[in-house]
Amino acid sequence: MHETILETTGLSKEFLGFKAVSDVSLKVRRGSIHGLIGPNGAGKTTCFNLLTKFLPPTHGAIRFDGRDITSLKPADVARLGLVRSFQISAVFPHLTVLENVRVALQRERGASFDFWRSDAVLRRYDARARELLEDVGLSGYAHLTAGQLPYGRKRALEIATTLALDPVMMLLDEPTAGMTAEDVDRIVALVKRVAEGRTVLMVEHNLKVVEGLCDTITVLTRGRVLAEGGYAEVSRNPEVIAAYLGADPGISGGQAHG
Amino acid sequence: MASHASTIAAPVAQDAPGLPGLSALGFNRAQSIAFLILLALLIAGPFFLYPVFLMKLLCFALFACAFNLLIGYVGLLSFGHAMFFGMGGYLAAHAAKVWGFTPELAILTGGAVGAGLGVVAGWIAIRRQGIYFAMITLALAQMVYFFCLQAPFTGGEDGIQRVPRGALLGVIDLGRDMSLYWVVAAVFLAGFLFINRVVHSPFGQVLTAIRENEPRAISLGYRADDYKLMAFTLSATLAGIAGGTKALVFGIATLTDVYWAMSGEVVLMTLLGGLGTVFGPVVGAAVIVTMQNYLAEFGAWVTVIQGGIFVACVLAFRAGIVGELARLLKVRL
Repeated sequence: MHETILETTGLSKEFLGFKAVSDVSLKVRRGSIHGLIGPNGAGKTTCFNLLTKFLPPTHGAIRFDGRDITSLKPADVARLGLVRSFQISAVFPHLTVLENVRVALQRERGASFDFWRSDAVLRRYDARARELLEDVGLSGYAHLTAGQLPYGRKRALEIATTLALDPVMMLLDEPTAGMTAEDVDRIVALVKRVAEGRTVLMVEHNLKVVEGLCDTITVLTRGRVLAEGGYAEVSRNPEVIAAYLGADPGISGGQAHG
Repeated sequence: MASHASTIAAPVAQDAPGLPGLSALGFNRAQSIAFLILLALLIAGPFFLYPVFLMKLLCFALFACAFNLLIGYVGLLSFGHAMFFGMGGYLAAHAAKVWGFTPELAILTGGAVGAGLGVVAGWIAIRRQGIYFAMITLALAQMVYFFCLQAPFTGGEDGIQRVPRGALLGVIDLGRDMSLYWVVAAVFLAGFLFINRVVHSPFGQVLTAIRENEPRAISLGYRADDYKLMAFTLSATLAGIAGGTKALVFGIATLTDVYWAMSGEVVLMTLLGGLGTVFGPVVGAAVIVTMQNYLAEFGAWVTVIQGGIFVACVLAFRAGIVGELARLLKVRL
């Protein structure tokens, strides 16, 4: 067991000469909820896509659980237990809510190349899928197609689907983006609960969410790490205030401490 | 949520359970009824209509179903499926005529050729998406076409002619149209049910997930390209079987079946019948083949009429005949 579960060294990504992420060295402690914040265009999502291998890095290395994953494919990273969510709600719109979760549970039986077998064999995952749906407050929606769900519920479904893989580490890309206040509270409570026994790295705009959830925060600006530490420490950092929070932190929804 | 419902018929949230016995095939109630009608037509058909016409129809129906597996359930538009259909036909004809294979082995040879070609073409093409995928498949199909034009065993412009129908398992003579009809009907039915099984299998479930949201499926640990390649190969195999069967029915394998126009025709059939529906490709193939047969006296006008139908289809009923019907009846077909 390594104390650090995810570690990057000198991670960089260039798009035609534009450095979206440059020389980011990040350490995520096992069992923590780690926030990645920064103003628009700071490279958060690019960084995220690098960590999950959806983008190949230009330079640098990524180690997960003591293993170099720099050259792995995204699906294989997911198989190691590093599972991501997406900024836009990522569900399978024409599958039912239950089937959405079941597709993830189905991973347990391997690659599922058996095209000759009836999908009735998947019914054995129904019970577990219902449990997961209940866990995120979606039991009443199981038979609807996912596309019919309201936005906040889709995010909850996405988390249930991610949880179905029983990931070692979850990467959440703005889990509360575009949500109403009560939806935000529900998701925050949900993330807090499901983070038990796991590691979470989340990109988040809403500073209240970050303050309430994250043990450690890394601030990115222009592709570089500007500061790192607990919320109280980071939010007092003058550079961070200048670059991210602005002169009056209250405007961005955060509260300056002291 | 109407944005993604335009091309693929939106499924209804909850299906009525299928008829007993037929739900095991993955059919809902409406599909079970449609399947029974199809079965009845298959059995009664040759007593009312010219069997050779029906056999042609069934070969194209299977071809269209194979194509639909790819576009309807994976969302991949192949514009080169004639290479599998045509090559399947050539090799089945060659096997029956030169190697003296029995008809069932000749048809299987067609399928094997489709599979082999499918693995190679698929492996190259699935690396690209959308229009690029379509263009690569078209390019590969054109290569196959020119190969067939030049290769000594295909007979060039003449094709392979006088292919013997032979005797099923070396025993049952298929010289009579009616006896061959039952074999073709069985091949079609087996292929049709096989596709339905693929769609309703654990593999099919992953395939649907990939069609619906590929990055998400990948993030769940599914290597999307592997599934696409498998689906492509299965589709190519069935196209090869359809082509092989057609070669035996007509006793001839020609360049027509590997030509790009054939790739276009199968797109038209599937679109007209209804993308992503179970019965759409069969209906689409029936309409097109019937038109070609009964409007043959109008000569070149058939193409114009086909073009008109295609335009009408795209403008007025995008979900295709079966897709629109399903929408009206509020069921999945």
